[in-house]
Amino acid sequence: MSMTFVEKLLSNYAGEKNVVPGQIVTVHPDHLLTHDNTAAIIKKIEPELKKYGVFSKSLPIIVLDHVIPAASEKTSTNHKVIREFVKTHNIENFFDVGIGVCHQVVIEKGLGLPGKLLLGSDSHTCSYGAVGAFSSGIDRTEAASLMLTGETWLKVPDSIKIMLNGILKFGVYAKDVVLHIVGDISASGANYCSVEYHGDIDQFSIADRFTIANMGIEMGAKNSVFFVDAVTEIFLDSIGVSSSSYNPIFPDRDASYLQELEYDLSEIVPMIACPHTVDNVKPVAEISGLEIQQCLIGTCTNGRLSDLKVVADILKGKQVNSNVRLLILPASKDILEKALKAGIIETLIKSGGVLLPPGCGPCLGAHQGILAPGERCLSTANRNFKGRMGCKDAEIYLASPATVAASAIYGKIIDPREVMK
Amino acid sequence: MNVWRYGDNINTDMLFPGKYTYTCSTREEIKPHLLEDLDSTFSKNVKEGDIIFAGKNFGCGSSREQPVVGLKAVGIRAVVAESFARIFYRAAINQGLLLIECPQAVEAYSKGDDIELIADTGKIIVGGKPFSFPKLPKEIIAIRDAGGLLAYTRSKLKKR
Repeated sequence: MSMTFVEKLLSNYAGEKNVVPGQIVTVHPDHLLTHDNTAAIIKKIEPELKKYGVFSKSLPIIVLDHVIPAASEKTSTNHKVIREFVKTHNIENFFDVGIGVCHQVVIEKGLGLPGKLLLGSDSHTCSYGAVGAFSSGIDRTEAASLMLTGETWLKVPDSIKIMLNGILKFGVYAKDVVLHIVGDISASGANYCSVEYHGDIDQFSIADRFTIANMGIEMGAKNSVFFVDAVTEIFLDSIGVSSSSYNPIFPDRDASYLQELEYDLSEIVPMIACPHTVDNVKPVAEISGLEIQQCLIGTCTNGRLSDLKVVADILKGKQVNSNVRLLILPASKDILEKALKAGIIETLIKSGGVLLPPGCGPCLGAHQGILAPGERCLSTANRNFKGRMGCKDAEIYLASPATVAASAIYGKIIDPREVMK
Repeated sequence: MNVWRYGDNINTDMLFPGKYTYTCSTREEIKPHLLEDLDSTFSKNVKEGDIIFAGKNFGCGSSREQPVVGLKAVGIRAVVAESFARIFYRAAINQGLLLIECPQAVEAYSKGDDIELIADTGKIIVGGKPFSFPKLPKEIIAIRDAGGLLAYTRSKLKKR
């Protein structure tokens, strides 16, 4: 029987010869990701943790990233409770304040690997499809249950095959591709589905694939996946993971899909998601000239070294507009160190950028760059929901790092190709 | 019983603003902020047994479970929508909040219609017109019947 990626992977984990969409299977994930919400999760199961302990000390990956450094006594107490839990239960994979955004850390530390199954109490857990893993988001209660039993149920999803054909033009990036797709199929266009990317994929680095997989949830997907190729192998080798330590999964050629979509990459232009939904997408040129007060470069969507480099190349020798605050948020300590060595951070700071510690920063509106009523922010993050950055009367636009950098110079939204040519 | 009517893509920030995610987690902490940026009258006027009708992709966005915990805590009997986002759907199963995916029922509803809900047989009557919705798979009914996922997990652990 021919199978898609997700059918093969879930049949492996369910110990069945084959599975079909709609079937419910019991699985034991390789890892369970939690972050600052670990405090609330373990509070639900205090007596059970005392009695039974955690299912396994290698199952959890805990990363402090959402409100770091702590913004209040309440959040610092949460962090303290989590550190004590980690010590008591000898949790193997713990990353304290400053190491990075959880999803970036999972990939950098080689915890998300091809053919593996990871669940996490964060909706952007779907990012690890960038390296050929199955990964998906769950709620806190399910994370608590997994912490104790190591198992849960999953419904085998239908699959959508997306063909990306052709080569991207100058000034157009992976972020523009994924915004284009979300705009085309809508915020619910891939609901409950596994999204597979096929076609001319070798032009996309792991960082690019990360950006696209990360935003799978913004089209409703259960998971998104790119298949292992030379780009994946070289990346994994660079972080010390040899190809003998993972088993990539590929879909069968004649697997059956709920839907097959094709995009000509050479036709995609710089795109922007306008308030207040991620699928309200337009070409940047259509809203050119709109004034902005804050720009954000970073987050799990676009805070990688290649993103910071694009921004530095655009800002070099120029100044951020005096009406704009430009916030720089590297996705991890490792990225920050590399950007420092390459002189990228110096360029960004000299141009007027404000450096934030590696973490989620203002993306979710808890601290570090909350917007004021009437303000407009242009961000490289993944969500522009009303109120997302802490103020319901502010507007958030989402675009590529190049679009955000070019617009920061002018204080107005601008197609980056105007500046880069 | 009141019916609260909302549109498409009601996301988790509208249901419970992200700025409270790491400071409010108990039912009492959540309640006053429910739907704060969508409908400021909701948390003041919602009553036990009320129903929400909504469009496509209800609950999209974050994995935060405060929206589900909060709707359950204020006594929402069911959310009837054209479709739901998957993490929200799972969270609702885990908290025992009834979700009904039935676009026809949503389309049929007009303000003031009487609603009758017979959950066991998968039926909802909107303004006199009956609609049926699919029953949940047995694995999921087991979680619901146990009183939610944590109760289900506790009983499983005891049997080990």
